[in-house]
Amino acid sequence: MTRRKAFTVAAQGLGGLAGAAIVLPAVGFAVAPIFHRGKERWEAVGPTSDFVEKTYRQVVFTETEGIGDAGKVTAYIRRGSKTFDEDPNTFVAVSNRCAHLGCPVRFVEAAGNFICPCHGGVYDFEGKRIGGPPVRPLDQFQTRVRNGKVEVGPRYSVTSQLEPVRARDPGEFTGGIWEYLYPPRPSTFPAP
Amino acid sequence: MPKPKLPDSIVPAPLRKPAKPGAAGTAKGKAPADLKTSPPPRKGDVERLTDRAVEAPVDVLAWVDQRTAASGILTGMLFRKVPKGTNWFYTLGSATLFAFIVQATTGVFLAMFYTPSATQAYASISHINNEVPLGALVHGMHKWGSSVMVILIFLHMGRTFFFGAYKYPRELNWVIGVVLLILTMTMAFTGYLLPFDQRSFWASIVGININGTGPIVGPYLSDFLRAGPELGATTLSRFYAIHMLLVPGAIIALIGAHMYLVMKLGTTAPPWLKAERPKPATPVSQLDGGAEGDAGGNGAAGA
Repeated sequence: MTRRKAFTVAAQGLGGLAGAAIVLPAVGFAVAPIFHRGKERWEAVGPTSDFVEKTYRQVVFTETEGIGDAGKVTAYIRRGSKTFDEDPNTFVAVSNRCAHLGCPVRFVEAAGNFICPCHGGVYDFEGKRIGGPPVRPLDQFQTRVRNGKVEVGPRYSVTSQLEPVRARDPGEFTGGIWEYLYPPRPSTFPAP
Repeated sequence: MPKPKLPDSIVPAPLRKPAKPGAAGTAKGKAPADLKTSPPPRKGDVERLTDRAVEAPVDVLAWVDQRTAASGILTGMLFRKVPKGTNWFYTLGSATLFAFIVQATTGVFLAMFYTPSATQAYASISHINNEVPLGALVHGMHKWGSSVMVILIFLHMGRTFFFGAYKYPRELNWVIGVVLLILTMTMAFTGYLLPFDQRSFWASIVGININGTGPIVGPYLSDFLRAGPELGATTLSRFYAIHMLLVPGAIIALIGAHMYLVMKLGTTAPPWLKAERPKPATPVSQLDGGAEGDAGGNGAAGA
């Protein structure tokens, strides 16, 4: 290696280091939220007596703090039912976020179904998809009872057999090979 | 009554259209009279001052030109040849550029009143629309102008495609154009969230979720766009920064590259024009005075 070549390589290397010292922290700053998981949040939504087995009760609670109404989400909550092999002392909280592209679904009492206004997704009483474009059942929220009140916690997704998995965004399949094609994100909470 | 005409002196010499050979004022004219034997009549003070005043802008431009040599580039750019058959379809690129300039200008003024905060964004847009003088107009220009720009960029792309103007040697310009198209769509997508009303909120959720359906990288891309697992306060400021700092800079730089290549390579003739065959060269013997001497003989021998 000639002296000239050595200096060229050294100067370019130093320049690269200086550039990286500026660019890498900036990129890391922008990308960091992907790896950050917020604090687990539980919110009381009413006494246990508010909720029955036969139908859902709509509750609104805050999922994302600091942005006012935009951070609120809707869940449909019922008491666990023996019809579905559930403990009557537990509560089921179904998210109203459509599994197709995230529009708000509505529980239609007369039909006993969840119906999405955007592209016609339909889910049965348990939240399983029975029609339209959604790729999986409706998400659910963890629930617990504290001081006689039902509390809702982190969101999780379910497979077509309603087995809990880590929360996925709408449009992403769950279960089987899809667990690898749509990997769980570090920013979500582990499934219950 | 002679036709009114801008005096040549207003146009600085370097920018003047070069005179055609043989026209008045070129070398063919009469040689100037000897200054010693018949000096020009001495001018009065007023006349000299007027002359200086008329020359002032020229002097200023000449001063700049001497230090930048910009006139060569400018004349090359402004008097470049365009092919036969150039028509209105060729204005779509300039129209897109104009739409971008409108967006940039109105965007700067909107930014003076807009607050990129999840709790105040909606209120600041209402303030712009309802209370700021002409606010609704500027906001409306920005809002509708975005659609205009997207439509124009697609028409421009269609023109380029159907005229075959993407072919050699202009492939790189097509590639730059596609990147500009993607950046324009990014602008449209990130700008849509900023009013933070119901429509923009849900449209952004749907848009981010569509991004998320890409296998493997999709979920992470969604988290990157939202700056977290849910659309939140940081999402809005992130979209705002992308919308007004990151992408506009990239667009301006790429428009520069795009236009440089247009200047450098020139435009194409429309495809319905057949290429003209070059005229066969006239043999030297048939040229006027071609018989005498052997000037140009080499060319004739080579043919």
